[in-house]
Amino acid sequence: MDSILRYLGNAGTQREILDRLVEHVYLSLLPVVLAVLLAVPLGWCTHRFRWLRAGLFGVANVVYTIPSLALFVLIPAVIGTQILSPVNVVAALTIYTTALLVRPVADALDAVPAHVVAAATAMGYRPLHRLLTVELPLAVPVLGAGVRVGSVSNISLVSVGALIGTGGLGVLFTDGFSRRYPAPILVGVVLTLLLALVVDRLLVLVQRRLTRWARAGEVTGG
Amino acid sequence: MKRTLAVVVAAAALLLSACGSSETLSGANQGSGDQGGQVVVGSADFTENKVLAEIYAAALRNAGVNVTVKPGIGARDVVIRALQDKSLTVVPEYTGNLLNYFDKTNTTTTSDEVYAALKSKVPSGLAVLDQAQAEDKDVLVVTKQTADSGVTSMTELGPRCQEFVFGGAGEWPQRWADKIKELYGCTFKEIRTTDAGGPITVDALRNGDVQVVNLFTTSSDIKANNFVELADPKNMYPAQHIVPLLRADGVSDAGKAALNKVSAALTTDKLAELVSKVDVNKETPTDVAAAFVKDNNI
Amino acid sequence: MIFADMFAWLADPANWTGPAGVPARVGQHLLYCLIAVAAASAIGVPLGLWVGHTGRGGLLLVGTSNSIRALPTLGLVTLLYLVAGGGTGPVLVGLVVLAIPPILAGTYAGVQDVDRGVVDAARGMGMTGWQRLWQVELPNATPLLMSGIRSAMLQVVATASVAAYVGLGGLGRPLLDGLRVLDYGQFVAGAVLIALLAVLLDAVLAVFQRVVVPHGLRVVARAAKRPASANRSSQPERTGDAGESGASGDTGAAGTTGESAAELAIMASRRETGGSER
Repeated sequence: MDSILRYLGNAGTQREILDRLVEHVYLSLLPVVLAVLLAVPLGWCTHRFRWLRAGLFGVANVVYTIPSLALFVLIPAVIGTQILSPVNVVAALTIYTTALLVRPVADALDAVPAHVVAAATAMGYRPLHRLLTVELPLAVPVLGAGVRVGSVSNISLVSVGALIGTGGLGVLFTDGFSRRYPAPILVGVVLTLLLALVVDRLLVLVQRRLTRWARAGEVTGG
Repeated sequence: MKRTLAVVVAAAALLLSACGSSETLSGANQGSGDQGGQVVVGSADFTENKVLAEIYAAALRNAGVNVTVKPGIGARDVVIRALQDKSLTVVPEYTGNLLNYFDKTNTTTTSDEVYAALKSKVPSGLAVLDQAQAEDKDVLVVTKQTADSGVTSMTELGPRCQEFVFGGAGEWPQRWADKIKELYGCTFKEIRTTDAGGPITVDALRNGDVQVVNLFTTSSDIKANNFVELADPKNMYPAQHIVPLLRADGVSDAGKAALNKVSAALTTDKLAELVSKVDVNKETPTDVAAAFVKDNNI
Repeated sequence: MIFADMFAWLADPANWTGPAGVPARVGQHLLYCLIAVAAASAIGVPLGLWVGHTGRGGLLLVGTSNSIRALPTLGLVTLLYLVAGGGTGPVLVGLVVLAIPPILAGTYAGVQDVDRGVVDAARGMGMTGWQRLWQVELPNATPLLMSGIRSAMLQVVATASVAAYVGLGGLGRPLLDGLRVLDYGQFVAGAVLIALLAVLLDAVLAVFQRVVVPHGLRVVARAAKRPASANRSSQPERTGDAGESGASGDTGAAGTTGESAAELAIMASRRETGGSER
């Protein structure tokens, strides 16, 4: 405990931890945003064109077996970014999160009752309009759950990037380890857990806002 | 329904703006290695190198240069790749190993020869400044017990290598396995990857998983554990002075002068002391570096 | 080009012999994974069964296992290494900790998912708590339980490579050592071998799953799949279930319980998306 207080007592250390935390947030959550933007159209494609299903889900499966460290390092070799660029970590985690979300999106769209879609169509909704205003909002609960899992997973994954120098709070782990100094590691672990908790709670709030209709239905329907 | 639409649109706008801002963010990072304003000091993933990077950064800052530090990147190959792709501007390096990296056929080993050869072998676009008197060499280390059994130099080690398991960083075999065989006739029973002179290597030697390890002469672990350094009479490991490696056009003359002042002030004992402050006393590399720069009026 | 390097590395006989050769590395990796998943199952399955059966502590369990999911592997293994003073044991403990949540969640969700009517019928037949657990709930929970184990296995296969940072052998070695010298051939070979091992182990577990899932359940599943194939996502199904059965924890799911149910469904279904965290 003393050693942790001493560690945290240093002003330079505090600033570094804060920087790392900010970096961690952006490295882990930006991919979630990008992945949602990618997974919704992809999921819609598999919902619409069912023959795509096996192929796309197969790719998603394979993607998920690639070790994260490998992806972090291979991306600059493949897309030509700088080896230390944060883009590498963001791109790798975007790929993972997209692979994670495609299926829930497709399943959620599949699960929208046919009569609802038919009703919207009958009311004159064009397909895109219908997707954005009817089908997608109805898919929010399942998509939201996927986003929450993806965010937590990314928050824990980012730290592996420390092995290539871009790891947010993960850098505290390599620093503590190389000096046999548990304090930074402990601080890093606790902050990662807290970050995951806060983000998860925030996502729940967002999800609630986006699904007012669900609770409205509960109140009237019992 | 209108409300939902509004929420969806708002969310989409938020997401888009979020990724827009991130692009500028990463864009800024990418450009940061370029000459002019920003200098990025990088370091390999061990304490001494991190401290040296902070010292360079502090010295540059005092010379009016705008500096950021990217510590703990990895081994030499990754660091130099990052220097070449302009992610980094300056890194603390070691003359002998750096020369061997640029010139695989190098045979020079003494301080001045190595430094002269290094200057001529550095690829275009990169440059080295003055070397410091301070040196941190690779050194093979055994336990007191092994040393007492008659292994105190690499010459004595050679014929007995078959008995021993070796522990060192992942790049060691590629760099040294052939050389140690050629010079000392040593082929280890097994070469195990531990880390670059860090806790895994030290623990492995201490608990007997391996019998010979590669450490660095400034390491505080050697004395603390009563390990014995093996003499290297044939100079397998070349002279290993601290030297700044930089992108030639990346640092102003005032900055270069500041780095040369650091090299002039840096001695081996001083370096070992700095490392131990961070490793043993758990001070931060930044604080240690700041104190050093201040004490030496850089 | 990268793949050419990989094939060159894989074709070099020197990389296939000795304690650092591919067979030895695969063997070590396999051993770590099997030990970790076996130990995690030994903890996660009974705990999940107990919580699912008694219905007590479900929320706590979901909360805790979700936090464990957020535990960064690198932080956990470095901390364990330092606290325990080195060695393979503590690192394996780290892998076990990370493998528990999916198994626990799968088992719990499996038991929760058992049709309340079936359990009530068993009670009506005079079965004791233990009998219901062993003869009704456990067999009915096997599909989701196995999903949890498969998810854990995928996760451990990937995580074990990160643990190479604290000196663990296995396939993380070519990955990390290749990275140090930017030897992309070695690096990619390591990554591909890890991916292959993950796919292979998953296939083996899939076969095992076919063996342990009771025949009756498969028949039911097939029958259920045909009319409602669009309803594969467990979320809407669960809502339906909850509506029917008054006693299920999902009813009146104004907030948290409903969410956690959805979460668990996702966790469990992540096996199907190939989901694993590393």
